[in-house]
Order: sequence, then C-alpha cells, then structure tokens
Amino acid sequence: MALLSFERKYRVPGGTLVGGNLFDFWVGPFYVGFFGVTTFFFAALGTILIFYGASQGPTWNPWLISIDPPSIEVGLGAAPLMEGGLWQIITFCAIGAFVSWALREVEICRKLGIGYHVPAAFGVAIFAYVTLVVFRPILMGAWGYAFPYGIFSHLDWVSNTGYQYGNFHYNPAHMIAVTFFFTNALALALHGSLILSAANPGKGKVMKTPDHEDTFFRDLIGYSVGTLGIHRLGLLLALNAGFWSAVCIVISGTIWFDQWSEWWNWWLELPWWVNIPGGVNG
Amino acid sequence: MAEYQNIFTQVQVRAMPEMGMVEEVDLGNRTKGASFSTLAGWFGNAQLGPIYLGTFGVISVATGLIWFFIVGAHYWGQAGYNPAVFLRDLFWFSLEPPAPEWGLRIPPMNEGGMFLLAGFFLLISVITWWIRTYLRAEALGMGKHVAYAFGGAIWLFLVLGLIRPVLMGSWSEAVPYGIFSHLDWTNLFSLTYGNLFYNPFHALSIVFLYGSALLFAMHGATILSVTRLGGDRELEQIVDRGTASERAALFWRWTMGFNATMEGIHRWAWWFAVLVGVTGGIGILLTGTVVDNWFVWAQDHGYAPLD
Repeated sequence: MALLSFERKYRVPGGTLVGGNLFDFWVGPFYVGFFGVTTFFFAALGTILIFYGASQGPTWNPWLISIDPPSIEVGLGAAPLMEGGLWQIITFCAIGAFVSWALREVEICRKLGIGYHVPAAFGVAIFAYVTLVVFRPILMGAWGYAFPYGIFSHLDWVSNTGYQYGNFHYNPAHMIAVTFFFTNALALALHGSLILSAANPGKGKVMKTPDHEDTFFRDLIGYSVGTLGIHRLGLLLALNAGFWSAVCIVISGTIWFDQWSEWWNWWLELPWWVNIPGGVNG
Repeated sequence: MAEYQNIFTQVQVRAMPEMGMVEEVDLGNRTKGASFSTLAGWFGNAQLGPIYLGTFGVISVATGLIWFFIVGAHYWGQAGYNPAVFLRDLFWFSLEPPAPEWGLRIPPMNEGGMFLLAGFFLLISVITWWIRTYLRAEALGMGKHVAYAFGGAIWLFLVLGLIRPVLMGSWSEAVPYGIFSHLDWTNLFSLTYGNLFYNPFHALSIVFLYGSALLFAMHGATILSVTRLGGDRELEQIVDRGTASERAALFWRWTMGFNATMEGIHRWAWWFAVLVGVTGGIGILLTGTVVDNWFVWAQDHGYAPLD
C-alpha cells in the first residue's frame, strides 16, 4: 500500500454515483468504485477476446495481429464469432470500458471536490472513437466500414480509407483537425518550456515568477495569455483536434462520396468569378 | 462545485497595465504602451503589449515579410494581376522549387530561382527568431527551454527544405510554397516511398503528436479542475505544494495508478511536443536517402505482411 505522504487525509468515503459505499475503496493506488468494477470487467473480457482472436489467427507477430470487423455483406447484423463477431463483442467491451472509466473519473472528481474537466475531455475522445466504429458504420449501413484492431492493420485502414476519397488532405475538416493537432503541439511545447525555463533558470540563479513568464511572452510576441488562459487554450486546442478528426471521417462516405479535391469546386463555381479566364482554374 | 468549472473569466479587473519585469532587458527596445481587450480577457489575460523590438526581432519580421511578399507576388503574377482570380485560385497557386535537372545549381528566377530566394529569406527569418527566443530568455535570467524546443521544430524545417534536398542532390525535393501544392507534395511523398505509415519514425512522430493532444487535454483539464484551489499558479505550486497540486496528483494516481508532479508534467509536455518534430525530421531525412520503399523495408524487418 504505497500512500503518498499527504494521501491519507484525502482518502475519505463518499462522492459515488452508484452503489453507495459498497465499492468505495482502493486497491493499491487505484480507486475502485462501481465503475472500477465495470471497467475491469469490460477491459478484461475485451483483452481476453483479443488474445483468443489472435490465437485463432495466422500470426503471433504483435505488429500484425488483427481483429477484423465483419465483411460489408453482413451489413449491420451480428456476425459469426470468427467472421467479425469477436470484433463486435470487443467493440462493445471497449465502449463499456471507456464509458465506465469516464464515470469512475467523475466519482474521483466528486471525492476530491474538483471540477469535471478531465472526464468531460475524455468524453470527447470517446465520442471520436464511437464515431469511427459505431456512428459512421451505422450511417453507411455496415459494420465492415469500421477499422480493424491491429497495429499496422489499422494504419492500412487509414491509408485505404483515405485514398478512396483521393487525397484526403483536401478534406476541409481534416485540414482543421490537422491544424489543431499542430497548434496544440506548438502550444504544449511553449507552455512546458515556459514553466521549465522559469523554474530552472540555471545554476546559482533564483527561480523566476509568473511575472517573468508574462514578460517573456509579451517581449517575444506582444501578448501573454496567462497562467489560467494557457490551460483553457490547451484544452480547447486538444479537444478540437479530436472533435474535428471525428467530423472529417464521419462526413466521408455519408454526405461526401467523391474525391475530396472535387469538394472545392463550389468555391470556383461562385457566380461572380466562375467565368473569368486566367489563373489556375480559369 | 458545478457552478465553478471556470470555462471563462466572469469578472475582469482593470488596472494600470503591467509593463513587465526589468532584469537585464534593454528597456529602450520595449514599447511604452499597452492596451486591453475585453474579448481576450474572457479567455486569458486582457492586456495586449508591450512588445520588445530589437535587432533580431526586426530582422526576423522583415525577412519573414519578404518571404511572404515574394510568394504573394508570384501568386499575383499567376493570377494575371486580376484580384478576383487571385482570390478564387489562392489555394491553387504555388511557388515551386526548381525542376530536377537543375540539381543543386541556382536556376533563373522564373525557373525556381524565386523559390530559392524566398526560402533564403524564410531561413534568415526563422534563425533570427530562434536567436530572439534565446536572447529574450537570457535577458530575463530564465532557462533556454523555449529556444531548445523551437530548435526541434527548426530541425524538421531544415530537413524538409535544406538537408534532405542537399543529400538527394536536388532542390526539386523541397516542399513547394502553396496550400494545395504542399498537400500534394505530402501525398506524393508517401506514395513515392512505399507508404509512409510503415516508416517507424513517422509512426513515432504521430504518436507524439497525438500524445501531445492527449497530454494537453489531460494537463489543461486537470489544472482547470483545481483552479478553485489556485492550481493555475503552477510555479508557486512547484516549490510550495498546496491542496490543488495534491488533489491534481491524487486524481491521476487514483485513476491510473500513477501521477506526475507539478514540475514533472511540464517535462512530459516538453518532451512529447519536441519529439514530434525531432522524430518527424529523422523520418523524412531517411526517406529516399537511406530507404527507398518503407513497405519493403517493413517486410524485411518483420512488421509488414509478406504476401
């Protein structure tokens, strides 16, 4: 039982959503709770089924093991276990585990008396996952449109799905998502750097203050978003990266079926310049 | 608690603007005024300015603008000097690098010389901005972490536009300056070298990119959730741990059995974000120089199917 020096006074009963005090305890550092039990159940069952699927498959090479969804012909029905049924049960387990994990985080937030930002943020990630493996397949009419569970098999799925729509980089929602991902990495680098550079000014120097942080950024670019604002900005960038990723794939094959480069024709065909010669498209 | 999720700032306090710490800063180069934006204040600090001008900053902005206007002037020419066409075809225009037959020689302006000239100014702009990040930290007596992190991004930039083209023996390998044209370059690069997803450094770069989003979501959300307790005052919490740090740490310990410290999370952040560019640069540098086909390479190394 490894308790942090200050941990004991925080380990109080209460804050549970379900089950009263029945599961209100810790195992080692882990809080359990009702949703800890359901998380464990779904995660363990899903993992066992993945290993079972691997044992029935052609390879134990961890890079190449793949649990594939049913073929397109199965539509939205239930597939035999070895023909996508495993994938269906594992997907059910994954969603169960993710949602349980989020609700367990809510219980921990309540116990600690802190805000719900982390489970809310995790909810966006769950939304993106469910969009890929449930919403889009339902909208397109077959589980076979979801991605397979394997390291390189899911990369192949991304590659093949992308090229079905030409150069996927032309997808405007994909553009927005990538921009958020890159900007997020930039902001994270700057935030991490700024804190570390104030806390570690070098041997023999006194640690710096938030006023130094503000001054550095105002000197550099004329604006400092501040110690509170940077965390709002980071959360906003990260959640938008996930959200727009979900958008960019759910619109491919449901409301847009062509090459994504063709989507931009609406811009070229605006009436006030469609007939002007010259340029690239004239 | 439900009413204190701290998504935006509800009460903005206005006072005299903060003109900044002095330390070793040459105040003659810092502007004298500052203004306020209520809009910015809902989200973060309301104060705009002051800003430090100074030799390297001015050179950086000037050369950056020269790059921007060279590219823009080229587009303007491609548009036939028609503003409607300029706007209509803006994403389709491109300032292209020299053709392969020029190798590493310098072609005439309209055959890629313009691209090299623009790239030269962009290089000056980026390098002088790096110097600026170093000197501004130095003047305030701070660590150089921002400059070193920026160095990771510059590495990727140099690999794409300078180091790899030189190793390949042709400026034509460089990335064109255009919205759709650089997307076409990216697409073609992957196709030419046998699916970049099988490049392990590309995989690492994406892991760190997605990991950065995960980390900033986790970190941003954690700090916001304990702002009621002063958790956003991170430097103070690093040296004098309060209940905000304790609850933030215990949240993750109870959730996943492990927690960072208030300082350590920023080291995780720094490394994840910096490694996006560093590993990405390695992956690009190896492509076409050391490895011709990543899928075949993956087959040789046991992680792509052989059939």
